[in-house]
Amino acid sequence: MSAVKSYDHPTNADRFNKDQSRTHWHDSALWFIREKRDRMANSLPEWETLRACASQIKSHTVSKLADYLEEFERNATARGATVHWAKDAEEHNRIVLEILQKHQAKRIVKSKSMLTEECHLNPWLDKHGIEVVDTDLGERIVQLREEPPSHIVMPAIHLKKEDVSDTFHEHLQTEEGNCDPNYLTESARQHLRQKFVQADVGITGVNFAIAETGGFVVCTNEGNADLGVSLPKVHIACMGIEKLIPKVDHLSIFLRLLARSATGQPITTYSSHFHGPVEGGELHIVLVDNGRSKLMDSDDFRNSLKCIRCGACMNTCPVYRRSGGHSYAATVPGPIGSILNPLRDAKHHKSLPFACTLCGSCSDVCPVKINLHEQLLTLRSEVNRQKQLPVSKTMPMKIASWVFQRPKLYAWLGGIGKFFLRTMPRFLIYNGLNPWGRNREMPESPPESFRKQYAQRKKSQKSER
Amino acid sequence: MSSKDDILKSVRNKMVPAADLPNLDQDWIQYGDAVAHFGDVLQAVGGTAVVVEGIDGLSAELAKIPVYTEGRKTVSCIDGLMGTVDIDRVEDPHELEDVDFAVLPGEFAVAENGAVWVTDAKIRHRVVLFIPQHIALVIPCPSGNVEEAIVHNMAEAYRRLSWQSNDFGCFVSGPSKTADIEQSLVIGAHGARSLHVFLLLP
Ligand code: SF4
Repeated sequence: MSAVKSYDHPTNADRFNKDQSRTHWHDSALWFIREKRDRMANSLPEWETLRACASQIKSHTVSKLADYLEEFERNATARGATVHWAKDAEEHNRIVLEILQKHQAKRIVKSKSMLTEECHLNPWLDKHGIEVVDTDLGERIVQLREEPPSHIVMPAIHLKKEDVSDTFHEHLQTEEGNCDPNYLTESARQHLRQKFVQADVGITGVNFAIAETGGFVVCTNEGNADLGVSLPKVHIACMGIEKLIPKVDHLSIFLRLLARSATGQPITTYSSHFHGPVEGGELHIVLVDNGRSKLMDSDDFRNSLKCIRCGACMNTCPVYRRSGGHSYAATVPGPIGSILNPLRDAKHHKSLPFACTLCGSCSDVCPVKINLHEQLLTLRSEVNRQKQLPVSKTMPMKIASWVFQRPKLYAWLGGIGKFFLRTMPRFLIYNGLNPWGRNREMPESPPESFRKQYAQRKKSQKSER
Repeated sequence: MSSKDDILKSVRNKMVPAADLPNLDQDWIQYGDAVAHFGDVLQAVGGTAVVVEGIDGLSAELAKIPVYTEGRKTVSCIDGLMGTVDIDRVEDPHELEDVDFAVLPGEFAVAENGAVWVTDAKIRHRVVLFIPQHIALVIPCPSGNVEEAIVHNMAEAYRRLSWQSNDFGCFVSGPSKTADIEQSLVIGAHGARSLHVFLLLP
């Protein structure tokens, strides 16, 4: 995976920011989607009711998750599906491989699934001589480039059409320099059709699984999940245990929120409900824990299990928009990723909770009302408590706290600071030692300090009396 | 211990506060003219909706669509309308790979998002909903009243559905599309390049 060189967010973000015009372009592309989401949210007077319902349904499900998992298995089995349980990524991968080997499957088509991404299923199957083709266009583009997706809904949002054109020219023999999205999409359509027709097994993710019926729903705009599983006889659906909802009627809440929050569409083009295998075929459902049950214990972080992976928090996040998905070095980037990844692996992902301005925009847009920015703040103290912070972060804080406890010293230093900001030559202020001056102007220093203004005001008020 | 027991055990022994399910009977959105709203939203997502009278009316409308009249391989799952292939005689769904146009039954439509509910109850190979170059969905309105074929919102939609059999069901809203290349919307990713919806009066 070429993009993951370092786990340190600032280092990766720096790399992304080298190309300023691309950073601005990335920023505005995502903001455009955020605005579409706003228009959709405003088109429904019951938007807030929907969010509250969704959040409540998820709270309820987590509180009885074991019962619902058993109910789901019972009903799915009764409809002829085979349910598998996987504690972690390795077990998940093993189960999938066994099913494929049983059918001597060599060619697999797969629609988007963050879970299989999280489990690194593709390289594992590759190692065992099985070809897996990602069929979502964005996923296929990054797969050909041997990159991980940079966004959970729009995997190739970081690429320009020129990049896609080059990639397709190299792998699909499209015309060199032809960057027309229509032409490129058409080429991918032809290429992927062959893959669909040749596939032995189709793998999909799961957006929602329903305990009451034992069925599940997969949402796509391209129809790739459906094409992938309606030609072969075997369908494997991989899902995290948090995807469960109790009743089929609850879908009315979630399907109304998902696409509107994700891309600003009223609903995805295809919302497919699978209940049991095709005639004479097999349906396998793999239920995966992989650390999810651990999150249930914590009052602070349990809410993050509600996530329906709409990506709205990423689209709105000022840090994500300006640092790119790859800078998070994780399957799920952005605000929700900055919570999930450090909880799973604090050592590698400790910088993520700090990739946040605490502006709260993510919590405002989240369709299931996850208190994202609050959790990020809590996580920061957690990282600090575990002594995972670099000295560059702890030292200035310690010094600042020492200074703040000495008001006279603070006043004196403030005066000196103002003096220097005004009089020092630029190169002494804007250099490597002052990260606050990187890519931005320092605030202009006022002629008089607040302290002085306040004192004068008090004095004049007194003399007026 | 099996992984199932392991997972269930670790999920069950958690101190998670109890939470009730919300009431789904709320004042969900209603439209003054649900039929017109459905047509508008469907158009916005790249499809079209037309009211037709009888199979003759349907045939006449289809005749206006060049990709239908020019299609060499067509499928129809609508009583009284013939296609060039009889899908019920097709054993292997792969044979449907080169279908140009399919006319399929839809059950009802949703005004808020332009979606049509389609199942494979009367469609032998469900791939025919996804693999043809172009698709038409025909929603019967047996009472002669178009309003009956359209619900206002998704809450009403789910109230109409039952889950007794293993049918595959799908809300289809517009033709297949993608915006994965620099956010430019392209119609016709993998599935149908166009979607026509017909509301069929007797
Ligand atoms: S945390 Fe909320 S906004 Fe972010 S992806 Fe999950 S559901 Fe969407």
